[in-house]
Amino acid sequence: MSKVHVLTSINGDAVEFLCEPHQSLLEVLRDELGLTGTKEGCATGDCGACSVMIDERLVCSCLMLGVEAEGVEVTTIEGIAGADGLHVIQQKYLEHAALQCGICTPGFIVATKALLDKNPDPDETTIRYWLAGNLCRCTGYDKIVRAVQDAAQSLAYEA
Amino acid sequence: MGAYAYLAPTSVEEALSTLAAEAAAGNRAQMLAGGTDVMVQMRSIDKGPRTFVDVKHVAEANELHIGDDEVFIGAGIASAVLNENAELKGILPGLIEAADLIGSTQIQGRATIGGNLCNSSPAGDTIPALIACGAVCVIASPGGNREVPTEDFVTGVGTNVLEPTEFLIGFRIPRPKGRTSDAYLRFIPRTEMDIAVCGAGVALTLDESGVCTAAKVSIGAVAITALVVPGAAAALVGTAVDDQALAAAADASSALSKPITDKRGTVEYRRKVVGVLTKRAGAIARDRALAL
Repeated sequence: MSKVHVLTSINGDAVEFLCEPHQSLLEVLRDELGLTGTKEGCATGDCGACSVMIDERLVCSCLMLGVEAEGVEVTTIEGIAGADGLHVIQQKYLEHAALQCGICTPGFIVATKALLDKNPDPDETTIRYWLAGNLCRCTGYDKIVRAVQDAAQSLAYEA
Repeated sequence: MGAYAYLAPTSVEEALSTLAAEAAAGNRAQMLAGGTDVMVQMRSIDKGPRTFVDVKHVAEANELHIGDDEVFIGAGIASAVLNENAELKGILPGLIEAADLIGSTQIQGRATIGGNLCNSSPAGDTIPALIACGAVCVIASPGGNREVPTEDFVTGVGTNVLEPTEFLIGFRIPRPKGRTSDAYLRFIPRTEMDIAVCGAGVALTLDESGVCTAAKVSIGAVAITALVVPGAAAALVGTAVDDQALAAAADASSALSKPITDKRGTVEYRRKVVGVLTKRAGAIARDRALAL
């Protein structure tokens, strides 16, 4: 089995890697590139723990082949925080205690970033439907929704 | 024992020669669209090596064309892209709502209606909606393109008319004229992200006085393939799609359905609910057509 050479962009940096044709992008991120912030939950596209953005569209990295990353822009949880500290979304998840065990949190934060990039002022129903593909077994979701609402307000205030 | 490989042809011709070369070499080739079914199956029920042939880089499969007489939707276009197209959503609301029902935001960013059809699940939500709006499958074939009405595409559970050297390019859909609209409803036990217990798609045309002049009804997840329900369409044509006509259409859908009992519902339950969905989808399509 021969490995495939892939040239892509991850969090703004040009990245080259070799992967097996059937490896998922999630496996490539974690096992080949050491970007372990993206988590594996179900590996069937149900839980959203492996959420990343591909050209600003939210996807499950477990449902995409690594080779499909050729020529696209990938954003992972490692690309969310700025040089000067946590992103507002991350800060608000902390302030609202919108996490417990934390396995789902990177996926939720990337999904929240994708939502607020597209819709800076979502109502609660929109937030809940948008995040329906991210499962959390700890928080009961209310704190997550409050964190997203607060982050949206803070980002609007900054803008 | 073959190996895994991945190829991304950029034209129909290149994709066809890729499929032919893989077949000649004795390799299994599998077309890859959004991958939301293929990737899951590859890790569970179907682990065998294969050459993935990615349809998403085939130019023709990325075309979305809204013409005066016809809409063309390429097989490689993600549901989220379709759903964000306000013009398309206005023209074919039933088809787009069926596509929008499948999966989460993350799935929507990858999944395609072409992939949904080619996966050929009895419960594929876009299949009854495609059938109702008269979609014709455009299939790239070594001898040139061939066309198959959507209702004739799926042949059984997970099987369809595609030969190993063929692939689906997209759908030709007659552009709805006058007071023509469509609707799709499915029933699931929760509000989001589940597989249909049953589903119903209805497309209909009303004349100036509100009388139905044409209708097509299709039901899903109540037989091994989505079914066309001629009796339901006949019950609507010539009426104002009133409660009596809708009740007759509902009875026709229930009568034609051949569901199974599984964890999502019993035969009796599915038979009843598919009638209810036919009635309600018919009323939505009627109201949409009246508003045009």
